[in-house]
Amino acid sequence: MSVPRHWRESKRRYRLLGTKCKSCKKLHYPPRTVCSSCKSRDLEEYQFKGKGNIYSYTIIRNPPEGYTFCRPYAAALVELEEGEIVTAQITDCDLDHLEIGMPVEVVIRKLFAYGESGIIVYGYKFRPILPRK
Amino acid sequence: MPCMPGIGKKSGCDEMNDVAIVGIGCTPVGEPWNKSLREIAVESTWAAMNDAGVNEVDGLVVGNMSSGNFVDQESLGSLIADYAGLGNITAFKVEGACGSGGVAFRTGVMAVASGMHDVVCVTGVEKMTDVVGDSATKILANASDREYEAVHGVTFVGLNAMVMRRYMHDYNARREDICSIPVNSHKNAVHNKNAMFRREISLDSVINSPMVADPLSLMECAPICDGAASIILTTRERAKEFTDTPIIVKGSAVKVDTIGVHDRKNVTSMTATVEAAKEAYNMAKLTPKDMDTAELHDAFSIMGVIGLEDLGFVRHGKGAHFAAEGQIGIGGKLPCCTYGGLKARGHPVGATGVYQILELTKNLRGEGVVDAQNGIAQNIGGTGSTVSVTILGRDI
Ligand SMILES: [Zn+2]
Repeated sequence: MSVPRHWRESKRRYRLLGTKCKSCKKLHYPPRTVCSSCKSRDLEEYQFKGKGNIYSYTIIRNPPEGYTFCRPYAAALVELEEGEIVTAQITDCDLDHLEIGMPVEVVIRKLFAYGESGIIVYGYKFRPILPRK
Repeated sequence: MPCMPGIGKKSGCDEMNDVAIVGIGCTPVGEPWNKSLREIAVESTWAAMNDAGVNEVDGLVVGNMSSGNFVDQESLGSLIADYAGLGNITAFKVEGACGSGGVAFRTGVMAVASGMHDVVCVTGVEKMTDVVGDSATKILANASDREYEAVHGVTFVGLNAMVMRRYMHDYNARREDICSIPVNSHKNAVHNKNAMFRREISLDSVINSPMVADPLSLMECAPICDGAASIILTTRERAKEFTDTPIIVKGSAVKVDTIGVHDRKNVTSMTATVEAAKEAYNMAKLTPKDMDTAELHDAFSIMGVIGLEDLGFVRHGKGAHFAAEGQIGIGGKLPCCTYGGLKARGHPVGATGVYQILELTKNLRGEGVVDAQNGIAQNIGGTGSTVSVTILGRDI
């Protein structure tokens, strides 16, 4: 268990903070130091809005070590409004009623814990945006 | 062999050695609780050396994904050379997740083609069953992006499941068609004494097996197991010293793609396969039509389907139908996974790519289950992040 390993990711993981290429305007999430489109190394931070749609999804029934506390859970490729796709869990949802195209928004949740007395790692998940009543 | 495209040409080389396979050997795939990693690796290395009739090699390339995690052991080049009694030779491990075997083979081919080595052994090995519980699932997820995929609890099966769901959505593909991939692999494993599951399974049993990561069910996923496979390579010129039936490496390519599936332009096709296949076909001066058999990386049913498409055998979206029609069976238009594939022969991850080449070699030597002049093997690391494509042919 290493605290710095998770601490250094916290801004990106709590805030969905990515990068934007100053030269070709390409957005990246996860953040990069070299633009995946034009190889420019002149990038700036970019705050994603945190809304998008489910591009594809699955229900994880056999979780890896450390993730069994919330089994089964949904995971998805979420296509953000800005066009980038991120991998995350879908939370606060009915596992039987997920579908491709469903609108979702970002929230912060517990991702996993290192045992009972270890550190708890938090990060983004997405939840369905419910229609307003 | 013409110069490899790219770097080779730029450095001004004109001609490289043609490379031939002169020996093959492997252990049965399964759960050999009485044997360690080094024992199975040494067993397959010597089986291949005996097949080639040699008692020394001047290079050993080990393909292995994760011995450090599975058995707390690295330095496999030294370990296996040492315990195989190979002396102070050149030996090291190369890694490309579940594609490590194919990457090791390619490294061996480069060593012989360049003239830096004469006789090279490529040994793929994985000992996965010494870990218990959910550990193997965690270790396999190391093939993906730990910080941005695996950290979210997305398993390796989960990533492939998301590819499958999107594929079914985009192409209106039927799950029962996709499920014909494992049915074919199991059928072909029956005759393979080295296969883990030597029994047929019905389409219904696949469709109705429990979900692991929807829409992927248990019977669509390759098993966790142990195994080692080895190949002896030398130059085409020297090959006849060792065997009457050398098999020629006509094309060999390894390409990478983004580590994260979320960064792909298209998740239902693997650009790394498409690019590696393009390069391998060009090197071989052959086309998909010339292939008599194919070893697909059917770790998950959908990977077999997408492999058929990315290797150029059918158009995108048509792979599942092609498989369901029985075209991939022995006697079909393109026999695939002829020794059981990853699903039924088994998928000891870092060894798999070498098993595929061994099986292709048997078919080309005329001692296999299909009569083939040329064949192709595709080995995938991660969910398409590292792909090797190898084209082999008879020496004519
Ligand atoms: Zn750019």
